[in-house]
Amino acid sequence: MTKVTMTVNGASVSGEAAGNTLLVEFLREELRLTGTHVGCDTSQCGACSVHVDGKLVKSCTMFAAEADGTDVITIEGEAAEDGTLSTVQQAFQDHHGLQCGFCTPGMVMAATALLKENPKPSEAEVRHYLEGNICRCTGYHNIVKSIMAASGQNVEPMAAE
Amino acid sequence: MYAFDLERPATVADAVTALGADEAQALGGGQTLIPTLKQRLASPSVLVSLSGIAEMTGICTRDDGSLAIGGGTTHAAVAVGADVFPGLAGLAAGIGDPAVRNRGTVGGSLANNDPSACYPAGALASGATIVTNAREIPADDYFQGLFTTALEEGEVVTEVRFPVPEASAYMKFEQPASRFALVGVFVAKHADGVRVAVTGASENGVFRWSEAEAALNDSFTADALNGLSLPAEGMINDLHGSDAYRAHITAVMTKRAVTAAC
Repeated sequence: MTKVTMTVNGASVSGEAAGNTLLVEFLREELRLTGTHVGCDTSQCGACSVHVDGKLVKSCTMFAAEADGTDVITIEGEAAEDGTLSTVQQAFQDHHGLQCGFCTPGMVMAATALLKENPKPSEAEVRHYLEGNICRCTGYHNIVKSIMAASGQNVEPMAAE
Repeated sequence: MYAFDLERPATVADAVTALGADEAQALGGGQTLIPTLKQRLASPSVLVSLSGIAEMTGICTRDDGSLAIGGGTTHAAVAVGADVFPGLAGLAAGIGDPAVRNRGTVGGSLANNDPSACYPAGALASGATIVTNAREIPADDYFQGLFTTALEEGEVVTEVRFPVPEASAYMKFEQPASRFALVGVFVAKHADGVRVAVTGASENGVFRWSEAEAALNDSFTADALNGLSLPAEGMINDLHGSDAYRAHITAVMTKRAVTAAC
């Protein structure tokens, strides 16, 4: 076991991690931040997506020890302290961008990363960026619509809800 | 996963020392190795993470005009940083998905030499030089079959030098579930000739299609490839596509790559 220290959602945290402890295990089991989900555990589905030093990564495919000294943001760090949702989260609520909600933390983290890189993406760019995030409920339509809305673009012309 | 220790050296020299341990294994971005470990297909005693080695990351243009990319540089960094070599930047931008590109590295891809990975085609068509802690290996000597390279035990890919072609493009026919190449073709027109490298197709891993190169040396147009075909023999034949299908798709992707490069 080695001691791992990182900043998670703005707070410095430390814990013990074995060599084979994944970042997602450290977040969920050591820090009890269970908003980050494990879907496939094979880096296909993206439910475990978090930001490490500002970059979108799959926390099931990175070791906790590799995140030592980094700045990690999880879904719990997206809303303001008073509970006010982030722009992306609010758009997912407004446009029904989820059904069961399992993939949603990863979708929100991916969408937030996208809008940081590309503040006004086209619909095609949104769909392309979400290649690594799988949703089995929605058919993606309202997820894409939510992200377009979060970017401040008019989503009225998109097909009816 | 089996239990192992994880070490995070800060220099190449320390990494090479750590890799001298019994059953030690290098860890690049982990986008292939970590899933492999989860399936218990590997059981290292110690993983030597290369992600904390600053001297192995970054992109620069050398005095001879070639593009030098640190072995620990991520696909995402190459996608935006290799703008003098758009064919290579495009290849990097198409690997996996955004999260995978933020972790996976050029050195890791080349060291693993997955028969369906993209970078082997880019390195071979470019005539790249794979630089390790010990030596420099020309791409033509480096790739030696499925998951097999000229690397010795414990050798680390510290840098890859890509000569920048006059024109180039990579075309990938994606296997939609894995996003690996069912077939990927990198075409590079250099001052001294055209090189065509094919990944995903052959049972022996990445290879150069010499007949296509000869035709493209006469005329660098998609039409120059009319009538050329590869034999199905020796192509990968699996549930994603037959050997004959892969041979056919290789010719189609080569034409598309030439069209995109022109």
